[in-house]
Amino acid sequence: MSKVQIKEESDIVKARSVAKEMARDLGFGLVDQTRISTAVSELARNIFAYAGEGEVYIETDWDHRKGIRITFTDQGPGIEDIDLALQDGFSTAGSMGKGLPGAKRLMDRLNIQTKPGEGTRIIIEKWLDK
Amino acid sequence: MTQSASIPILKLKEFLIVSIQTDLHDRMAEQLQYSILHRISETGAKGVLIDISALEMVDSFIGRTLADTAKMASTLDADIIIVGMQPAVAITLVELGLSLGDVKTAISLDEGYGLLEEMRAEESRNDDEEEKVGDAEVESETESEDGK
Repeated sequence: MSKVQIKEESDIVKARSVAKEMARDLGFGLVDQTRISTAVSELARNIFAYAGEGEVYIETDWDHRKGIRITFTDQGPGIEDIDLALQDGFSTAGSMGKGLPGAKRLMDRLNIQTKPGEGTRIIIEKWLDK
Repeated sequence: MTQSASIPILKLKEFLIVSIQTDLHDRMAEQLQYSILHRISETGAKGVLIDISALEMVDSFIGRTLADTAKMASTLDADIIIVGMQPAVAITLVELGLSLGDVKTAISLDEGYGLLEEMRAEESRNDDEEEKVGDAEVESETESEDGK
């Protein structure tokens, strides 16, 4: 497992590099490695853009599943409407609104826990044993 | 912030060549956009080849920055061609739901260079025709006879 603090912009690059490396070591092919690092980049940027700082936690073993699981945690403003946030093109940060819906398409599972005013936790998974 | 290694922009005849050899963070992407536009206006370059073959991922931010740069460059009368995108990157971009808009792409620098030359030739042909039509004050789309 590995942990990356998101405090500045270059930490986004760090998070996606670490995730990609772990995915590769685990046996994911190049396309999946690219999907994973891209999803991490989108969600780590969301932390930076919306909450200012947070944490990315990457693990490769949980519940007897083989794959990679990445947890993004912040104490930012939270997400008001999850369904809306998962729609393509919706953004409150002036960006393209591809981050959340895109990450969901790139991964096998995406789970959001959020409370307005308290923060957000997003878990994404990609499985080797589908 | 460390890695502020600048990305060289080379001039070759009327074109610029940029090869991105480092993992781009957001501010670097924005800086690169500015530098490319600045060099276009400084040199009057008519086209830019941006080699991204070393980029292992293109997320929505980088994708948008590239697409925006191409749009801005075209207002400066320069064409941008993105060269050498890795297949895994292309697959991921589409799944992410991102299109690079009207940005032209090419497999290799060679092909990109050829494409730029073709586009410039096409544009100058069109310019010539417009001028002739303008001079004669004729509004028709008949082909001009000379110049071939």
